[in-house]
Amino acid sequence: MTETIVIAELSKGEISITTNELVSAANLLGTNCTIVVPCADSTIADKAGKISGVSKVIAAKSTVFSNYDAAAWAEAIDSVAPAGIVVTAASAQSKDLAARLAARRSISVIQDVIAIEGGNLSTPIYSGKAIQNVSVSGNSVISVRANVFAPAEDSGNCEVQVIDTTGNVTTALKEMVQRASERLDVSEANIIISGGRGMGTPANFTHLEEIADKLGAAVGASRAAVDTWDEIPHSMQVGQTGKTVNPNLYIAVGISGAIQHLAGMRSSKYIVAINKDADAPIFQHADYGIVATWEDALPVLSSSLANLMA
Amino acid sequence: MVNIAVLVKQVPDTNSKIQISGDRVDLSSVKMDISPYDEFAVENALLHKESSGGTVTAITVGSAGADKVLKGVKALGVDNIVRLDYDGFMDSNGLQSILAEEITAGGYDIVYCGKSAADTGAGSTGPGIAERLGWGSVSNATEVKFADGLTVSYPTEGGDAIVSVNLPAVVSCDKGSIKVRKSNVKGIMMAKRAQVDVKAVSPPSPSVTVVSQVMPPAKPAGKKFEGGSSAQTVAQLLRDEANII
Repeated sequence: MTETIVIAELSKGEISITTNELVSAANLLGTNCTIVVPCADSTIADKAGKISGVSKVIAAKSTVFSNYDAAAWAEAIDSVAPAGIVVTAASAQSKDLAARLAARRSISVIQDVIAIEGGNLSTPIYSGKAIQNVSVSGNSVISVRANVFAPAEDSGNCEVQVIDTTGNVTTALKEMVQRASERLDVSEANIIISGGRGMGTPANFTHLEEIADKLGAAVGASRAAVDTWDEIPHSMQVGQTGKTVNPNLYIAVGISGAIQHLAGMRSSKYIVAINKDADAPIFQHADYGIVATWEDALPVLSSSLANLMA
Repeated sequence: MVNIAVLVKQVPDTNSKIQISGDRVDLSSVKMDISPYDEFAVENALLHKESSGGTVTAITVGSAGADKVLKGVKALGVDNIVRLDYDGFMDSNGLQSILAEEITAGGYDIVYCGKSAADTGAGSTGPGIAERLGWGSVSNATEVKFADGLTVSYPTEGGDAIVSVNLPAVVSCDKGSIKVRKSNVKGIMMAKRAQVDVKAVSPPSPSVTVVSQVMPPAKPAGKKFEGGSSAQTVAQLLRDEANII
């Protein structure tokens, strides 16, 4: 079987649990999994050495990894990664890198893999309205969605090999503008609570924020809400022309469930819908549906969650 | 004078229902339109031209049916429209190869494209062709400014990164805060008469084979409750049944 190479997924400068999921995916695709950790400080790679089912860990050490630059990262990783099937996460940055790595090696890239079965890879098409199953001959680069594969355990013991590398930087970071709110972005959150036009006014989104803060959740919105209210930015939009999300829990409040919106959130593990219209299409996709106005349901939800988490 | 290319793709309207016939998606009765993010790419290309002077060439890949999308962007003010004539399946390697060849042949300084197409959602084309061309690239751009090279903003985990990038470069565009222009009657009339520059291409044979296209598995029916007070039951289920809280 083919060798596999996992590019470690980093979050806030540390190897994230997604990396363990990538190892599980890689071991379905081939053998001899090598983890490549892009890093400026190679000590962060130690965590990768503990992941089970890994035969080699390479800390790819370079100052180019201090800031993201697609061209430099691809070059610096490519030069230390062996040939084989390369597996990355499907975050915005890692998909960008995956495309670069594949092009660099003149092989194809398969993005957003959600299942691996009998050598076939499944990816959502038309924003998840359908699933495409493909087979690949030879090597490829594959990005894998988070929360799909069970993470490999941390009971391994693999030595970390540090290799210095570099690449040509093509962009220069001028400024990093912090987000106004401390809250997570919908694309990063494990729990999302979203509001639609049924919230009545953008000011009512504070009721969603209150629950979001309890749960450590992100606040999202439907396209209707984003298009109607200037106060609700596009960065909050979940749906086909916004962000596609895959959280453990998605709470849809005052969202009817247009095809556009469903396309962006239907693969969430658990879906809760709160809507006063019992016939709203969102209920067909909800694990738990509450037919009520948000005014009635949210205060109860908020206090119940507070009690449970106390 | 900047020689600007913008990549556009025809996809099913995002509000359309996707149906399966046999083991393939059936698009025969679906309305086709320009992929939404490509509209922001076109707008940025036109703003770039207005700021720096130059020409904008829109490039698509497809059969004659895709000319509609080219005419649509011609009506918005794009100067030239090019279609790489190909009707079969291409994997990312094939598609990026023919686009990189065309961009080299056209002598472009900058390529704009949408951050991803509404059909595949992959987002591989922009960074992929940049790599093949040896160019810099920025993906998911929410704002582009055109003085002294380019200044581009895009969201990251740590906030919005503002980076400068020298030409030649590829910028893949997200929605951001720009409003896209609409075509007027004069533009539409002119676009009707415009000639599409059709070019033959021969992509490398694909290493990816589509085995089947299927509907997503149906979710088992959920539990539905009446009234706001049931939110308490749901919170309890989220803990006891879903193990989330």
